[in-house]
Amino acid sequence: MDGAALQNKTQSDTKREAVIRVRHLTNQFGEQVVHDNLDLDVWRGEVLGVVGGSGTGKSVLLRTIVGLNKPKSGSIEVLGVDVLNGPEEERQRIEKSWGVAFQDGALFSSLTVLQNVMAPLREHTGISEKLMAALGGLKISLVGLPQLSCSKFPSELSGGMRKRAALARALSLDPEIVFLDEPTAGLDPIGAAAYDDLIGELQHALGLTVFMVTHDLDSLYAICDRIAVLAEKRVLVEGPIEGMTKVDHPWVQEYFTGPRARAAQQKGQDR
Amino acid sequence: MTGFDQLHCFFSNLRPEFHCRTLAMREGKILACLNKSIAGPKCLPSHTAMTRPTINSETSATGVCIRISGDLRTQSLDRVEGDFATLMPNGQDATIDMSQVESLDTGGAWLVANLVRRMSSNGAQVRLEGVAPAHSSLIETVSHNLPDAAGEELPPQGFVNWVARVGQRTFGAWQDTLSIVGFLGLTLHRLVRTLIMPWRLRRAALFSQMEQVGFKALPIVSLMGFLIGVVLAFQGATQLKQFGAEIFVVELISISILRELGILLTAIIVAGRSGSAFTASIGSMKVQEEIDAMRTLGLDPIEVLVIPRVVALLIMLPILGFVADMAGLIGGALMSWIDLGVSPGMFLTRLKENTGVAQLAVGMIKAPFFALVIGVIACWQAMQVKGSSESVGQRTTASVVQSIFMVIAIDALFSIFFSEMGI
Repeated sequence: MDGAALQNKTQSDTKREAVIRVRHLTNQFGEQVVHDNLDLDVWRGEVLGVVGGSGTGKSVLLRTIVGLNKPKSGSIEVLGVDVLNGPEEERQRIEKSWGVAFQDGALFSSLTVLQNVMAPLREHTGISEKLMAALGGLKISLVGLPQLSCSKFPSELSGGMRKRAALARALSLDPEIVFLDEPTAGLDPIGAAAYDDLIGELQHALGLTVFMVTHDLDSLYAICDRIAVLAEKRVLVEGPIEGMTKVDHPWVQEYFTGPRARAAQQKGQDR
Repeated sequence: MTGFDQLHCFFSNLRPEFHCRTLAMREGKILACLNKSIAGPKCLPSHTAMTRPTINSETSATGVCIRISGDLRTQSLDRVEGDFATLMPNGQDATIDMSQVESLDTGGAWLVANLVRRMSSNGAQVRLEGVAPAHSSLIETVSHNLPDAAGEELPPQGFVNWVARVGQRTFGAWQDTLSIVGFLGLTLHRLVRTLIMPWRLRRAALFSQMEQVGFKALPIVSLMGFLIGVVLAFQGATQLKQFGAEIFVVELISISILRELGILLTAIIVAGRSGSAFTASIGSMKVQEEIDAMRTLGLDPIEVLVIPRVVALLIMLPILGFVADMAGLIGGALMSWIDLGVSPGMFLTRLKENTGVAQLAVGMIKAPFFALVIGVIACWQAMQVKGSSESVGQRTTASVVQSIFMVIAIDALFSIFFSEMGI
């Protein structure tokens, strides 16, 4: 990185507020080192796409940030709170300001969709049952599910609908940050594009910060403001997607200049 | 949120004096209730202390003026819920003044959108004032997505519905009975086919099940048998002492254990131990669509999953029952020796003289029936699992309860049969 670029970077650093700040993160499972001294910033109001080959620890990174996986060393700050070593009550408060949508939804199978969306409200707010149901209905409507699906059980929904219901549950406490694990995996192209649009719309309307682990090049071109590429146990490169084709690294080159990438780029420009 | 808004938010966070000025400007506007929406951008990060939200309404000649202030967020909505519920349209035009709202999320926006809809329900004009630009798009999105007020459907009440439910349950129970008998037939058919074509039996699965069902149950079953023998000897001794007929404790122990208790209690333990395991494991496979996958691959789930389990039970339950019988006799003999002074040698002689092998046979003949009932009920319940993991739990409970009940019922039938036959 030359001097001008460095200056440019520090300038943008002061302008933006980092909602997630990961420093020197090391994750290790037995002998296998997944992350080695990994640094990552997520800025307020952006959609960050995290990409990387299989086994590069994208999901592990997500799980570590939301506290489901304890790292070997390093520090993670979310909204200015140290989520690894901070006081318990601080961490509990910060947990209410993020929502996580897991890959297969991870909806509670014994509850209806509406009850699933109401569950966080029931735990963390003092509002009445009636208002909870109304807010739950609103969230279900916001993610584009028909009101009929409120009373359905997760097993009665299609894969795409389950992903939307999971997003509704992740949004139920109006979080500032939403974590999405492979949100469009397993959806048909039309469904995936609709889901991308939905995330884009919600991100604008609700002012969300989105941390998205994805493989979907279409999503990267359509809604991601910035891309972070995980490789060699760290964030190899980060920045807008336009700059990715210029990065001199075999995996990044293959990923962003392959035939699928070119098609996705074309589609992204057509939008 | 556009980039411009973000910048504003950022500045308002950074420069408190800027924020104060917009607040002061708003103070002036509230008094006049001006129809301009130029309140400063408000974007409080959640980690600042929240201002308690309030709703006030004032009725004047020109209409109702509703003032909302504070942090109108999902987390704090409970504070204004009561006030919100009491606001009812009175036919007058309404003005909702939002210039004092400091932050808004979808919960708050729902409240505003709902208020607008409610106040305008009888044709009255509703105006929103002092809405921050950052909030207006949120309110717009939410009003656009406001679902129609749909009440939760309550289950119908009343006598007729109660009768209908009883009818449905009865019919359901009859259907279940037919289904389980059908499943029993199917299993028996596959069993016979396996006897004719033994190479179709999955030996790896069978041996693994035999280990799970039989070998690993040996400690608990023998301990159980031993303790039953001890208890019988102890209880029998106190009663028989009164008549000076201590020596009959041998018959008491041997007949009751060999005929009834050994195999019955073993079957109950196996039903609880292995029946539940069968239902849970096959039921989870059903949830994961593994059974469907098997069918599409041309594999017969009955042959692959049910037959090895049922055959394992058919082989292992008599063995376990025999082990329980022996452990019971040992426990009984030991207790008789300690408590009544009946020496093991005397116990053995008396056992040989007065208790025939027929008693053991009467007990053992029941084992295959118990095995079949436990296996078929457990596998049938597993096949009834639908969708959720909760269903697996319900079916596992039902499987254990039903198979224990059926084991006891069959045992009673055998008792009646043998006593009628004079065996």
